[in-house]
Amino acid sequence: MSGHHDHSHGHHDHGHDLPFWRKYIFSVDHKMIGCQYTVTALLFLFFGFTLMMIMRWQLAYPGQAIPFIGQYLSKDIAADGVLVGDGYNAFGAMHGTIMVFLAIVPLAVGGFGNYVLPLQVGAPDMAFPKLNMMSYWVYFCGGVTMLTSFFIKGGAAASGWTSYPPLSVFASSGQTVWLLGMVLLITSSLLGSVNFIVTTVQMRAKGLSFFRLPFFVWAQLVTSFLLLLAFPPLEAAGVLQLMDRLAGTSFFMPSGLVFSSEPQTHMSGGGSPLLWQHLFWFLAHPEVYVLILPAMGIVSEVIATNTRKPLWGYKSLVYSVIFLGFMSFIVWAHHMFMTGMGTTLSTFFQATTMVISVPSVIVLTCLILSLYGASIRYNTPMLFALAFLPMFAIGGLTGLPLGLTASDIHLHDTYYVIGHFHYVVAPGTIFAMFAGIYYWFPKVTGRKMSEFLGKLHFWPSFVFINVVFMPMFFQGMAGLLRRQYDQTEQLHGSIAHGLTKMSSYGAWLLALAQLPFIINFFYSMFKGRKVDANPWESTTLEWAAPSPPPHGNFDKTPVVYCGPYEYSVPGKSKDYCPQHVAMEA
Amino acid sequence: MSHHEMSVEDVKKHVRTYIAVFVALLVFTGITVGVSMLGQNQGWTVTTAVLIALFVASIKGSLVACYFMHLISEKSMLFGILALCAFFFLVLLLIPVITVSDNVGVH
Amino acid sequence: MSTTVIPHDLEPHPLTGMYNGKFGIWLFLASEIMLFGALFSTYVLLRVGAPPGQWPAHGSEILNVPLATLNTAVLISSSVTMVMSWAALKMKKFGSAQVWLTITFLCAGAFLVVKYFEYTDKFHHYQVWLNDPMPVGGHEVTTIKGHLTADSPKLECSEKTGAFNIPEYVIITPDGDHGSSGHGEAVRVEGSKIKRISNFGPRHSPYLATYFTMTGLHGLHIVGGMVVILYFMLVGGAIWKRSPEKYTNRIECTGLYWHFVDLVWIFLFPVLYLL
Repeated sequence: MSGHHDHSHGHHDHGHDLPFWRKYIFSVDHKMIGCQYTVTALLFLFFGFTLMMIMRWQLAYPGQAIPFIGQYLSKDIAADGVLVGDGYNAFGAMHGTIMVFLAIVPLAVGGFGNYVLPLQVGAPDMAFPKLNMMSYWVYFCGGVTMLTSFFIKGGAAASGWTSYPPLSVFASSGQTVWLLGMVLLITSSLLGSVNFIVTTVQMRAKGLSFFRLPFFVWAQLVTSFLLLLAFPPLEAAGVLQLMDRLAGTSFFMPSGLVFSSEPQTHMSGGGSPLLWQHLFWFLAHPEVYVLILPAMGIVSEVIATNTRKPLWGYKSLVYSVIFLGFMSFIVWAHHMFMTGMGTTLSTFFQATTMVISVPSVIVLTCLILSLYGASIRYNTPMLFALAFLPMFAIGGLTGLPLGLTASDIHLHDTYYVIGHFHYVVAPGTIFAMFAGIYYWFPKVTGRKMSEFLGKLHFWPSFVFINVVFMPMFFQGMAGLLRRQYDQTEQLHGSIAHGLTKMSSYGAWLLALAQLPFIINFFYSMFKGRKVDANPWESTTLEWAAPSPPPHGNFDKTPVVYCGPYEYSVPGKSKDYCPQHVAMEA
Repeated sequence: MSHHEMSVEDVKKHVRTYIAVFVALLVFTGITVGVSMLGQNQGWTVTTAVLIALFVASIKGSLVACYFMHLISEKSMLFGILALCAFFFLVLLLIPVITVSDNVGVH
Repeated sequence: MSTTVIPHDLEPHPLTGMYNGKFGIWLFLASEIMLFGALFSTYVLLRVGAPPGQWPAHGSEILNVPLATLNTAVLISSSVTMVMSWAALKMKKFGSAQVWLTITFLCAGAFLVVKYFEYTDKFHHYQVWLNDPMPVGGHEVTTIKGHLTADSPKLECSEKTGAFNIPEYVIITPDGDHGSSGHGEAVRVEGSKIKRISNFGPRHSPYLATYFTMTGLHGLHIVGGMVVILYFMLVGGAIWKRSPEKYTNRIECTGLYWHFVDLVWIFLFPVLYLL
């Protein structure tokens, strides 16, 4: 454990004395761990996106060899450069898994949470620095485990990111590796969430009461509770599926099961496939809020700073996000309307689903009203944050028909669902993540990212991401089913397939649009314009620390005198009052 | 009360409590086994047996949590978190069961 | 070693009344409640949804209640010795604290030994399901529970499914009426008459699957706790010398975890053995 009383002098210069491997690899500093999470998660984000780009080729040009990379893929995945069905399934399952569990959650919680949260609460580090390091390395091992599954016999998990049994129990050994990887990732998230909650509750700076916390911290706190209480049931479900696969139990295998025309008489039967779905969605619905809440937090910070106004309805935002977190535990079975779980449950979950949309709308409304009457600074982080609002609104509103049992009958398992979910996470969460990267880059490196390249990144991304996902709503309403290897079999060359091509081109162009970001990221890291500790003239505590903050974060322990968003306070000489500066009467 | 500044006298008082709780736990273990045997002989319904077994287990669990884990002297925030956890525990325990009870007769 | 001073590493926070480690371990236990909650949910859903006769009417039909009662007593004892260790540290008696800790470790070991005997017993107990009823001991039966005799051919596992292949024949000594073993005459059953054969391992039935998964996971928690306790038995002295308060806190946190493991067993015992 760190923190010996006898060593309490000496502060940050010790950070520079550490050997390379303690400073950059097995670091216990929350900032380095945050950076490790961010970089690893961005790499996984890129990898997950690549899988999808290859799948989009098969969808647009079924049966044609994939240009450039098709010849390098293994025989199990692509025969003569043409993506095979099993390869398509594996890519689909792994795209979902990687994006959700290895890219977005580690980026939003592990990356931004780790770096920003201790700074914003005025703490010198996380409550358990070694546990923090362990969370990262367990996550890393989980990621490596997932990736190795591509190289084992039978290929990676191919039963969808939801891994529904009985299919997943009969699947090849890639599924076992998937389950082991998931157990590691869940463990990592649990360790992380304990750390976040303890840090937020116990290590807030003097004067930083709960209602003076930046909204980002609130979002992270609620997210941590979701991870803490929703992830263990999936861990249990993972253990049960491992038992089904390895020990021959029948937790999810019903009696009288026939597989490949063979009656499975060697099994005891008596299990329930619906049990998996209940346990899976008990996590996976809160997981959606794990994906979106940190994004809302980031967007709130960026909007408050760049509107030079306090957030409209800070307390409503806080109460909404708490209510959102609470409700997210009791809506899970709206993913299961079509399973025949019975009308009692469907009706109950339909009602709770409608209820949960209320706090989401409150959050969005508060953020939009915050813009009213502001003279907005249209810098790159703000553009991404502004784009988040309508994109998340589209994603959220298109979810309502899926939450109503009647309309879900038509829309379930179609491209409409994919469109809805991706509007929430891709132009929603990922745009917020970009906003966060542009916004906090000066804190991490002491340099600003290029505004020109930033805008060159934003505008094409904004256009093309809509080109990718907007057609899916129409395709879904036309009845196009998801997870199909060859859509032309269902569509017979109808207009919906033209939209598929449009989506595919959108995806490839979206990839091109990320080049300015990658160039900007590395260029600015070394050559970007040097800025002082508070380049955005922001109020929250992270800007009170030097850029980059040294080991131990603050030169002197901050004391907080006011709320998080004291912008444009009448009668002040400056248009912002940082939290750590005492307000003169 | 905080354990932070406990005197030796306080600790000794605690130790007496621990031993009393230990004896109570052993007695309740005996009771739950005995009642279960009795229920089997008398042919009690499953519901009765479940209610009695869970009632005794809850008493034992509360004893462990309150005294061995000192829950009884903790502050309200921890109760809030555990209450939240208990609520979701019950949700997870009871709601999926409706899936099967709604489909009675399918088997 | 980092030199950053973490607030409330030792001092309780006025809001929670706990130092960081204790608050952290309670949060971890909350997640553990949800972990076992999911397994209890599995138990309830599978049992309520099971057709009549699939689950044993009473756990004692299959499981050994006296051994489990003994184990309950052992685990409760280990819980009280754990808290005694902490109380001794509070009274600055390091030596007796380490003795209590060692007793806790031994109790945990005893629990696992008993569990080992319970488990192996199940793996040597078989059930044969028949295609058609056949007479055994004067009754027409569709299934026989019992132990295979030494003359019975060794069972082989299928490579594909891991289950036993149907053998040419088995010779099985049926159980007595109340689960007592080896009273009846050994019966020879031809392979053609066998629908399925399994020992009383996890794959036998949803009931045993639940039993092995829940007690297995609980057993892993015991092993994890033993590793931590062993660590403090070995290096406790060094930590105590550096900071008695820190060591006391660590034993308190270990204790919280250990009592939780005990608490889980308090519920597992009636649910699996007595219902």
